[in-house]
Amino acid sequence: MPIHDQGYRHYTGERTLHGRGWWVIARAGMLDRLRERRFLGLLLFAWSLFVVRAVQLYIGETIARAAFFAPSERTFQLFLDQQRLFVFFITIYAGAGLIASDRQSHALQIYLSKPITRNDYIAGKLLTLAIFLLAVTWLPAMLLLLLQVLFSGSLEFVAGHPRLVPAITLASALQVALAAVLMVTLSSLSRSRRFAAMLYAGLVIFAAAIARLLQASTGSPAWVLLSPESTLLVVNDAMFGDLSDSTVPVAVAMVALTAVLIACIAILERRVRAVDVVA
Amino acid sequence: MNAQPAVSLDRVTVRYGRHEALRDVSVEFPSGAIGLLGPNGAGKSTLIKALLGLLPPASGRMRVLGHDVSESPLAVRARVGYMPESDAHIPGMTAVSFVAYCGELAGLPRASAMQRAHEVLFYVGLGEARYRNIETYSTGMKQRIKLAQALVHDPDLLFLDEPTNGMDPKGRDEMLALVRDIATTKAISLILSSHLLPDVEYACSHVVVLHKGAVATQGPITALKGSAGRVFELRVKGDEARFADALQAEGLECHADGGGLMRVFVPEDRRPQLLFQVAARHGVQVRHLRPSVPSLEDVFARALGEEP
Repeated sequence: MPIHDQGYRHYTGERTLHGRGWWVIARAGMLDRLRERRFLGLLLFAWSLFVVRAVQLYIGETIARAAFFAPSERTFQLFLDQQRLFVFFITIYAGAGLIASDRQSHALQIYLSKPITRNDYIAGKLLTLAIFLLAVTWLPAMLLLLLQVLFSGSLEFVAGHPRLVPAITLASALQVALAAVLMVTLSSLSRSRRFAAMLYAGLVIFAAAIARLLQASTGSPAWVLLSPESTLLVVNDAMFGDLSDSTVPVAVAMVALTAVLIACIAILERRVRAVDVVA
Repeated sequence: MNAQPAVSLDRVTVRYGRHEALRDVSVEFPSGAIGLLGPNGAGKSTLIKALLGLLPPASGRMRVLGHDVSESPLAVRARVGYMPESDAHIPGMTAVSFVAYCGELAGLPRASAMQRAHEVLFYVGLGEARYRNIETYSTGMKQRIKLAQALVHDPDLLFLDEPTNGMDPKGRDEMLALVRDIATTKAISLILSSHLLPDVEYACSHVVVLHKGAVATQGPITALKGSAGRVFELRVKGDEARFADALQAEGLECHADGGGLMRVFVPEDRRPQLLFQVAARHGVQVRHLRPSVPSLEDVFARALGEEP
């Protein structure tokens, strides 16, 4: 009997209904990344500032002479700002190849021939990156808040700063959403993860530099809108009640970010297809 | 075969921009192994992608396994397996993790998908190489892995787009044997798209020929080829033109190539001995006579408007 007669049997087991494809994709994407030691190292390194801030909180609570270490809303705002560096590197490392590699290996037609929608696919890819980014923004920030409660032994700080939890959550969510959507969109534009990474780095670094240059030379604050990252800072500052550095109205910045996100979704909708149609 | 067709198309038109890849196609694919034939650019791959719901038709309706493709594409894709023409895999995965992943995407629970992946990889002949990264596979192995991912969720219908592309003769024979086994002993219907006529003739019982986006001909291969032995090849010595005229006068269709070779169609109600009688009457010697067995190539050429 040939070997293939021994191998195939009809499947009579359970089949789940459609709608969980996004989670299958996200889980596979995360496990794939977590198998890489370099990426694990990067993730661990991204928590180094958390350790520093945790020590700061401990000293501020336990040593009376070090009361200047006592936390404020600004502490958490600064922490999220500083994490942007790690967000940048993790976005490039884990995000550049998310769609570009699939396009290079013609995997899209495999994905989309299964009972999943394009939205499932895009959501799965976005979630893959978003979970890693939340793990270095929202999660450590909330853990810092928890440590503050534990070190102080009361909820006084949290109760005294009622907007802190929503501010951390919203600022992290916006930062993660923008980075993930931008990166996944740029990844869909190319078949090369390196090219996608360069596009993202260029967008983040050069757009911010050009925006600052134009702001300085023309004196117009509106140039900040040229850089999604700088625009995001305006919104994040406002969430923590820090309006001093705002160069454009928060509402305008929000509209600009929403426009960027909508444009990215539209591009993704067009790029993620099993069949490349050249009309 | 079931009475209900596995696939039916009703006046389907698919466009790429201004170009009509499928033009007003109406056809039914019965259950079993169906060959989808046509020259390059005939619309075979477009038809398969439209049936998977990946290309929306400009007009017309398509049904696959009783489901309307435009209304329930996910229900269609849950019951269909697709082996694409081009090299396609998910980078960075071993064969078993790739096939299991495809099983999960198709709705199988994780543990079942992994178990099925092992079984299917053995079935397609990749059992020993299942822990290797797919990117290290040869072309033939990549064709097999594409078949495995299409089979992992035990579909009722398989779309195989040029499954023997790039394979060596041995690998090609093994792939065709697998395809035939799937259709016959595993009772999975399949549509085999190919421009290789021997592949289709070996694996399929029924054929649909596409040409320039339209159905050129369709039906069971045996019926399309007609009864064997009704067409005869002759070589004669003598006045060939006069002999041909005489055969025509007897009601026998006759084509001479001018080089001494003639093809004569003898209707069912006439006997082949008539050829000798006519030859004797006109002093022509029949040097060679053999029944011409019509091949799928003849059917294909006729469908495309070419003289076999």
